[in-house]
Amino acid sequence: MSGALLSVEDAVVDLPTPRGNLRAVDHVDLAVGAGKTLGIVGESGCGKTMLSRAVLQLLPKKARLSGRVMFDGQDLTTLSAEKLRKLRGRSLAVVFQDPMTSLNPVLTIGTQLIETIQEHLELDLAQARQRSTELLAAVGIPAPEQRLAQYPHQLSGGMRQRVAIAVALSCEPQLLIADEPTTALDVTIQAQILDLLAREQQRRHMAMIIITHDLGVVAGRTDEVAVMYAGRVVERAPTPALFKQMRMPYTEALLAALPKLDVPPHTPLPAISGRPPDPTRPLKGCSFSPRCRYSAGRCSTEKPRLSPAETLEHLYACFHPLAAGSGA
Amino acid sequence: MLFFVARRLLYLVPVLIAVSVLTFVIASLLPGDLAYVILGDQATPENVAALRHDMGLDQPIWLRYLGWLWHILQGDFGRSFRTGQTVWQAVSDRVPVSFELMIFAELIGLAIGVPLAIACAAKAGSAFDRFMTGTAFGMLSVPTFLSAILLIYLFAVELRLLPATGYVPFTEDPVANLRFMVLPALTLGLAEWPGIMRVLRSDMIAALQEDYIALAKAKGLKPSRILFVHALKPSSLTLVTITGINIGRLIGGAVIVESIFALPGIGRLLVGAIYTRDLIILQGVVLLVAAGFVIMNFIVDLLYAVLDPRIRHGHA
Repeated sequence: MSGALLSVEDAVVDLPTPRGNLRAVDHVDLAVGAGKTLGIVGESGCGKTMLSRAVLQLLPKKARLSGRVMFDGQDLTTLSAEKLRKLRGRSLAVVFQDPMTSLNPVLTIGTQLIETIQEHLELDLAQARQRSTELLAAVGIPAPEQRLAQYPHQLSGGMRQRVAIAVALSCEPQLLIADEPTTALDVTIQAQILDLLAREQQRRHMAMIIITHDLGVVAGRTDEVAVMYAGRVVERAPTPALFKQMRMPYTEALLAALPKLDVPPHTPLPAISGRPPDPTRPLKGCSFSPRCRYSAGRCSTEKPRLSPAETLEHLYACFHPLAAGSGA
Repeated sequence: MLFFVARRLLYLVPVLIAVSVLTFVIASLLPGDLAYVILGDQATPENVAALRHDMGLDQPIWLRYLGWLWHILQGDFGRSFRTGQTVWQAVSDRVPVSFELMIFAELIGLAIGVPLAIACAAKAGSAFDRFMTGTAFGMLSVPTFLSAILLIYLFAVELRLLPATGYVPFTEDPVANLRFMVLPALTLGLAEWPGIMRVLRSDMIAALQEDYIALAKAKGLKPSRILFVHALKPSSLTLVTITGINIGRLIGGAVIVESIFALPGIGRLLVGAIYTRDLIILQGVVLLVAAGFVIMNFIVDLLYAVLDPRIRHGHA
């Protein structure tokens, strides 16, 4: 995909731990075109956040990253700190999971917005204030003018996440990475925040990566979905194709684990039994095989490669894919 | 904010009462009857008894305490039976000396400690950080009388740059005053910076791990802004505490340094009062120093609120 705004090529993230090397991201390839949205789905600890940190070049100091992260024609892994800094916040923005901790508690909302704007855009203080007010209004914060003088703790969680989104949008980025943007919020707020992100993404025509553990979040809100498990992408497809016909048993299990409205009350949720493998002890075969009900034969001895299904856009890594037409 | 200040002021009342009780009890528990001290060892028992009655020493301790407190509330802290000077006068003569010393010492401590803490936190775990942390630990274990003597030896004896002892009021000769202040302030400052540095360093290292620092980086802010605004401001609370406690401690705690450098400050006054068994001066000075300490902490509490909006709004 040469026309992509962001492409991650053969990315590997290794974290040295006291228990040995932890491979958090294992040979991942991904791409997002300008103005497109990509959903990255997987359960906790599967490497989604590490992958997003690798894109932002915000990995922990000890982590080692190999592979390439091409953004707008430049390899971020080899970019100088100064050039990277000019890109972050300007072209490449992020919304973190927990708005309770991602905003600085001792600086006002206004300061945290204005400093970003003034860092990247040639605006004086009055103009930056004006822009901040407009941004807060755009993300649905009432009385935006007064909010500028307030501190994060004076706002609810949902409002704080709106502020964090306003900060991310402040310089009209080309790509927004939303790392579990609704996980820390009340369910009633989640849809509002997701709709806000989708609306702003459309309006500003920016590319967006939504990272989530909830397949329901990416359905209908993304162009493409990548399902991650144990540091690898195990299935990748255009969103409609994926939901029409998922091939990887893990994707199916993730979807089955979602609560549904049409199921009678008190029916136990079909949780995925077992836990993800210990990332410091890599398995020889498919990482999902110990938990997979279709596992047989070479599943435990050989790693399936991510390869195309009927169409070139739909990729999966499985020896025993779900039969066509059996999707949810 | 006004409510916050009023509430904190109200907290001061019981603390100050407790301080006054403690001061009075400790002074009363000191061995040696005040009447004997005043009259000397040639006094007859009749004279002693008469003086004890005159001074109210034959009354129960709680009555004496209430009498003392009553006078203090009227601004009368008592009078030295040796020099005839009132406590208030003795203290106000000495306070400018100790105050100047304390300000200089704290400024020196901050000037060394804060930049080092920031530099170490920014490069935590580096050779520089380990070296400075080790040095700070070493300096922490150097007693002030040792560094005072070393400084005197270096600057007064060998280099002959500065006077070893003595004092001139600032109003008389500012330059000479500052020359006399350098070595004592440096001695205290050298003892202050390691604590400042270690506390601020660990707070900043913790702050630099926070999500909001990752976001500040993701916003493309300059490293200097991340360090000095996003990390330093939330880390400065403990620094304010340490500085406040240090200053409070230095109000009366510079006893050794004032004695070595012959500075006529509060510390020397206290030592003198102890040597001459001047109990009235002693308890008056201790009470005033303790009150100064409490008020210093009150100011620190107010500074918290200035630095951390969550405290200002009563969330923490």
